[in-house]
Amino acid sequence: MHAHKRLAPMLLVLLIASPCLAADTQPAAQLERFAVQAGRSGNAELGRQFFINKHGGEWACASCHGEPPTQAGRHARTGKSLLPLAPAFNPKSFTDQARVDKWFRRNCQDVVGRECQAAEKADVLAWLISLKS
Amino acid sequence: MTFRTTVILGLCLGTALACAGSHDLSPQRALPAYTQECAACHTAYPPALLPAESWQRVMTHLGTHYGSDASLDATQVQAITQWLQSQAGTYKKVRNAPPQDRITLSDWFVREHREVRPELWRHSSVRSPAQCSACHTQAENGRFGERELRLPTPAR
Repeated sequence: MHAHKRLAPMLLVLLIASPCLAADTQPAAQLERFAVQAGRSGNAELGRQFFINKHGGEWACASCHGEPPTQAGRHARTGKSLLPLAPAFNPKSFTDQARVDKWFRRNCQDVVGRECQAAEKADVLAWLISLKS
Repeated sequence: MTFRTTVILGLCLGTALACAGSHDLSPQRALPAYTQECAACHTAYPPALLPAESWQRVMTHLGTHYGSDASLDATQVQAITQWLQSQAGTYKKVRNAPPQDRITLSDWFVREHREVRPELWRHSSVRSPAQCSACHTQAENGRFGERELRLPTPAR
């Protein structure tokens, strides 16, 4: 009985806090996922080139995320400040799979004009994970 | 305290509160999805700054959102659209949809920023009139009063 009384507030705290703990994955697990899909491991140097170069459009990934993306970025159009993309500089980066997929899908449309291939995502992620403080 | 002093003090307090609240444009509780999804790229614009018909158009064309792909899944689109509709501006100055459904092209926006020099718009910390918080320090909280205004210095 007493245990239940103590448990209830704890459950309540967990329920309230749970939306803040959206993390359901880790950057290394996401890299692995794309590598498996691509059938090869990510290449950090290819990822760096993909990230800093334009692909026929107005922007590169680096236009908003910076180069290297180890500090706060800035939205190229609105000027809004963005959290650093490299996981070593932002503990929330690449820790929510739905967000990873959503942002790759939209930003690849903006930068490349199509969805990115699994190999391209693996390369970019390999480079981002390699950036250390 | 005499009755007269109490009345005067009450009136002063009432006026102060009314003025302090006059620039508070954001709803008391913003929809979390609105803050999370929309404010990831730009200011969480107070919904009352556009009429419902503008929000409707904005939300039906998220795939081509002012030059960016801002598409969301159908459930989120529906929730955010519904919320924006309920919070959209209905007062006189926002009754008509502005060109391109842009807040920054509204007559009142242009009028209220007419004294802003061109070099200020180009300032490295401003760059875009969409970046409200470059000058309006409380923009994210829906407050755009003169008291919360800080112009970037010096012009770069």
